[in-house]
Amino acid sequence: MKYLPALLAGLLFGFGLALAGMTQPAVVLGFLDVFGAWNPRLLFVMAGAVLTTAIGYRLVWRRAQPWLAPRFSLPDTRHIDARLVGGAALFGIGWGIAGYCPGPALASLGAGLWSVWLLMAAMAIGWWLAAQLPARSDAKRG
Amino acid sequence: MHPWLLAAIGGVLIGLAAVVLMAALGRIAGISGIASGLLAGAAAGDRGWRVAFVAGLVAAPLLLLLVRGDSGIGSPQVAWPWMVAAGLLVGFGTRLGGGCTSGHGVCGMARLSPRSLLATVVFIVFGVITVYVTRHLFGGLAA
Repeated sequence: MKYLPALLAGLLFGFGLALAGMTQPAVVLGFLDVFGAWNPRLLFVMAGAVLTTAIGYRLVWRRAQPWLAPRFSLPDTRHIDARLVGGAALFGIGWGIAGYCPGPALASLGAGLWSVWLLMAAMAIGWWLAAQLPARSDAKRG
Repeated sequence: MHPWLLAAIGGVLIGLAAVVLMAALGRIAGISGIASGLLAGAAAGDRGWRVAFVAGLVAAPLLLLLVRGDSGIGSPQVAWPWMVAAGLLVGFGTRLGGGCTSGHGVCGMARLSPRSLLATVVFIVFGVITVYVTRHLFGGLAA
């Protein structure tokens, strides 16, 4: 029963990425090419997505709990640290090299392009490597 | 249809996906978190919805291909060693930074999370710098 809404959400997400042009790395790199032939398309994607999510979340949170889970699982981390900034910077560099963030990379697997599969395998290795780092110390929390 | 309008419609669909996941399962639609949780960390009962979400994500462009003859999937723009380097950086960076374009950029921004706002600014700025360096200083990483 939990799987149906998750499948629906995945489908909606994939349709959105594909229609928006996010599964075209040329469009993504064009958005990041501010000092060249800048393509603003991603601004419209982000605006549509953030506004819809912001309104939708507030409607959803009026309920005491989700339909199919005991509670809302929201990140409780509040502090800003070197992991957040360093991680975002490394991600940005990788994003700027090839034009793939995790969603579009996954959504592009079905085209059977071997170098996209290679990128996805490398991404999985990157996830695994980062998971091997020692856990954040609680002393830094708050 | 104008690509900007299509982009905004695509964005609304992405937002609806995030709202469905929150309403039904109480979860943030962060792709790096959902997918990396399949590799490690997620308990047995916490895996099924992740598999279903990723399956939908992969299937959607293929359904578009059937319906309108165009999946929307574009060609890689850089040679394969750069694809490997990019994949490693995106994987390591999103896990270290606790999110990607969807988790920080869409869901976190919608929650007005200061962490997500900062992360989004940082990854866009570093993406812009990287494209400037690779395209305009080094003449591109063409495939």
